[in-house]
Formats: sequence, C-alpha cells, structure tokens
Amino acid sequence: MYQNRNILKGNILTIVKYKMPNQNIDSLIQDIRKDFPILKTGVIYFDNAATSQRPKPVIESLKEFMENENANINRSVHTLSEKAMLHFNESRKIIADFINAEENEIVFTKNATEAFNLLAYTIKEIIPKGKDEIILSEMEHHSNLVPWQEFAKRYNFKLKFIKITKDFELDIEDYKTKLSDKTAIVSITHISNVLGTINPVKEIVELAKKHNVITIIDASQSAPNLKINVKNLDCDFLIFSCHKVLGPTGVGTLYGKYELLKKLPPFNFGGGMIKSVTFEKAEYLDPPEKFEAGTQNIGEVIASAEAIKYLNKIGIKNVEEISSYLYNYAVENLKKIENIEIYNPGKGKSVDIISFNLKGIHCHDVASILNEDKIAIRAGHHCAMPLMKVLKVNGVCRVSFSVFNTREEIDHLIISLKKCQEVFNK
Amino acid sequence: MSLSMYKEQILELYKNPNNFGELNNFTHEYHEFNQICGDEIIVQLIIENEKVKDIKFNGAGCAISVASASLITDYVKNKDIKEISKLNIEDIKKLLGIEISPGRVKCATLALETIKRAINKEN
Repeated sequence: MYQNRNILKGNILTIVKYKMPNQNIDSLIQDIRKDFPILKTGVIYFDNAATSQRPKPVIESLKEFMENENANINRSVHTLSEKAMLHFNESRKIIADFINAEENEIVFTKNATEAFNLLAYTIKEIIPKGKDEIILSEMEHHSNLVPWQEFAKRYNFKLKFIKITKDFELDIEDYKTKLSDKTAIVSITHISNVLGTINPVKEIVELAKKHNVITIIDASQSAPNLKINVKNLDCDFLIFSCHKVLGPTGVGTLYGKYELLKKLPPFNFGGGMIKSVTFEKAEYLDPPEKFEAGTQNIGEVIASAEAIKYLNKIGIKNVEEISSYLYNYAVENLKKIENIEIYNPGKGKSVDIISFNLKGIHCHDVASILNEDKIAIRAGHHCAMPLMKVLKVNGVCRVSFSVFNTREEIDHLIISLKKCQEVFNK
Repeated sequence: MSLSMYKEQILELYKNPNNFGELNNFTHEYHEFNQICGDEIIVQLIIENEKVKDIKFNGAGCAISVASASLITDYVKNKDIKEISKLNIEDIKKLLGIEISPGRVKCATLALETIKRAINKEN
C-alpha cells in the first residue's frame, strides 16, 4: 500500500494510475456512503482527523442499548445488567483484536487526552532510577506534550524534541543523538495530525529498547487509516480515540503490556475498581478494571466496537486503498493550484491528511469561504502550536478524508479554493 | 455565489486597514491571542482625560479580525472609555455590516476585547 511511488514526471503509466478513476474503488465508496446518514445534509466532510462520522450500525447500536439493554455493569445479577456486561466485555475483545492486543491490556478512558494523562500521572512508579529525560517530537499534538510538560515540572525531568526535516519527516538521526541511558520515556505520534507523516514507529521502539526506555505511541491518526499490530510494534503503550475510528465520542483506548499495567498504580479511585474496602484501606482490582473507576460509557464502548466491526467488514486493506486513492488524487490536484504551500511529505510517506495555505489568505478565511460551499475543513493550529512555530505559520488549512469521501468532492474543494483566490485577489 | 461575510468593504479594509502600526508615546497597551487560531494582536492607545486620543493596532490576522480592528479603532477615537466598555459584538456587526457565523465571533471581537483589556490594565 503506501509504497514509495517516486516516478519521473511524464511517465504515462503514472498519469494513468492517478488520473483515471478506479471504478472498483468508486463503487465501493458509493456503497459505503449509503451507511452515513449525515451525508444527506449535503456536507462535504473533510474534517475526519478531528472526528469521523458515524455509520448506521453505530447509531443503531447506541439506540438499541438505550432502548433494550441499559443497565450498570459489574454490580447486579439481574438480566439487563448481565446482558450489558456481556456486551461490554465482548466489545473490549473486539477492540483488543483490532490492534492485536489481549483483552486485559485494553483500558477505556474518556478520550486519548485522558489516556495520556493516566500515564503521566502513574508512570513515574515504573521509571528506573537515574533516568530523567523524555523524548517527544516537534510534531506532537498538545495531548502528547502538555501532560509531559507538567510531569517534567513535577519530577524535574527534561523534555527533548526530535526535529523535523525540511521534507516534513522525523529526523531519525536527531533522535539517535538524543536517545541515551538517561532517557526514561519516548512518546511519539504514529501519524502527525497536521503533516500526515507516517513515522517509523517500529524503528523508534527498537532503538529505544536498547536503552531500556518506556515507549508510548499516539495512534490517534493511524488507527483510522492503517493496520495496527501492537505485538509487532512491541511498544509498551499505545493510545487512540474511538471517535476518530467511526465510533461515538467519550471512549479513549489505552493499550498497555499487561505486566506494565500491573505495575502502574491506579489513576482514579472509587467505585468499579475495588477488590475490597475497609474504613482504613482498599485493595484494587487487576487491570484493566483497576484503571476504570466509576461507571463507564457503556453504550458508547459497545457502539465503538460496532464501529470497529464496520471497518473490519469493509476490510482494513480496502480502507487503506481508499485512503491512498483519495490522497493521491487530492495532492496531485492541490499541487496544481498557484500560490499554494503544502505541508506534507508526499506520496508513500503520508496518509490522507493534507495541510496547506493559500498565500496571502488567512486559513480561517479559507475555511469560512469553503463552508459557504458546504465544505467542512479545519483551519488553525490543530492543537500543535509548537509545530506551527517550526513551520513558521500561525495556522494551516487541513483536509482529512475518510472511507466515504469521493473524487467528485475533492473536485469541489479545488474549485472552491480557486474561488477563495478570486475573492481575495479582486 | 453567496460569499456573505466577504463583502468588498471587508476585503478592502483587510488589504489596507486604518490605524495599523505603532504609537511611540502610548499610555496603554495590550497583547492578546485569538484562542481559535493563535493570531497575535497588539493594541496601543493614548488616553487623556478618560478619552481615547489616538489608537493603533498591530499583528497578523484573518480578514474578519483585521477589518473589525480597523473599524473599531476608528470608532473608539475621541470616545469616552466608559462608553467603550459597553461595546459588544452587536456593535461590531453594525460596523462590519455583515452577519458573523458563530465560529468567527472571536475573530470579530478580538480587537474590541483587546482594547477593553488595554484600558483596564494598569500601565
């Protein structure tokens, strides 16, 4: 799939490959579109990296749970509660299988940000003495930056940032110079939410292991786009949010190797995570329940598993194929626009997230004008303000696709972008 | 084509805003960020006898924020600071002559809010 396709300009084969529609993919997309009720509003939705849309099985699952299954779990022996609990546990298994993890290695949080906070508040216990550095990169989302800034303040740790090359890729040589026996944690995004860059996380983890470093992967943008296999990656922790994978909001997923989850102290305390309590003290359940204090988002977890089932039905291979089909078409056509600046590493190195600016036009003006044509894109700093500094911009426009987007919609985007330039260059 | 927010007047002010620049002898100043996009604006004022004698703004912004800043800095000149403290989004909409979509209200009011903060700040 994302193999490098650096073929010389003028090669007829390349042109055929990118310019000609692929009828199989187009008809697959048309079938998928029928499952997304929101598309009836007429929106051209290119903001999937912020949150994806929900297909019918997810919406129906939420309704079904509320109408026929709603009860609290782990507490009662009545039929409704037992049904809800079975369904909740099955859902954990489906989500675990999605990334090739074991069931008891999946902890539910309210979102990816909370999962990062869970780690930042508990991980100190498993860091060996003498280590006091954390390596992040210049392309991290605030959710994988600010919790570590607070951690560093609390425990007097140093943060180091892997630089980005001029081609918008991680500078692995820079990583190697920053990595040492003093490194406690490497926490890196699998795919940049701004640049679309696919980072070589397997290599990053391998290098870290040589220095006995805890590895954390932010899979928020990769879970919707690529097959993830935590056993193959061999990372210690991996985090993603179900609402970016066609699921509802309110469900974050923290994967952790079981022996590490065992060693971490709980994050929140109270009901639902208790083995036994006296007035003086409490004993806690094993992972994952140890980290799931209080009533969970039961219906949303179940609907998240429905989203994963839906993706599995399309097939991850097809998901990857659609992603690269739309990316190639969009990037080729965006490049043809005059006075555009594209912040993306290029074919074979990016998923279907493309950021750009039209020279002389503020990204929010572009987004507002596109909105008048019913095209939804994101503009601004994308919760990556330090990255904006590196790119020397205040903000960028970002389009991010999903399995229901079409080439025709991308054509509309290109027309509307040209319209923006006409309006501003009058 | 219904480009409702992007009327000619707005685009003209974006390209050539009034009161853009710096004052040497300001009495009040404030730096503010638009929390939606991180754009920075700096407002400087000369206030004498509770009245705005002069005002300038600086920074980068979108068409909506720059046009609003241009119009509101014109509007507050020679006005009493008590009167300025009562201004709100409705006044900005009147000055701009357009409807502002909810997502862009922060852009439209950025200069006004910064002016208010500059006035209230001890210099």
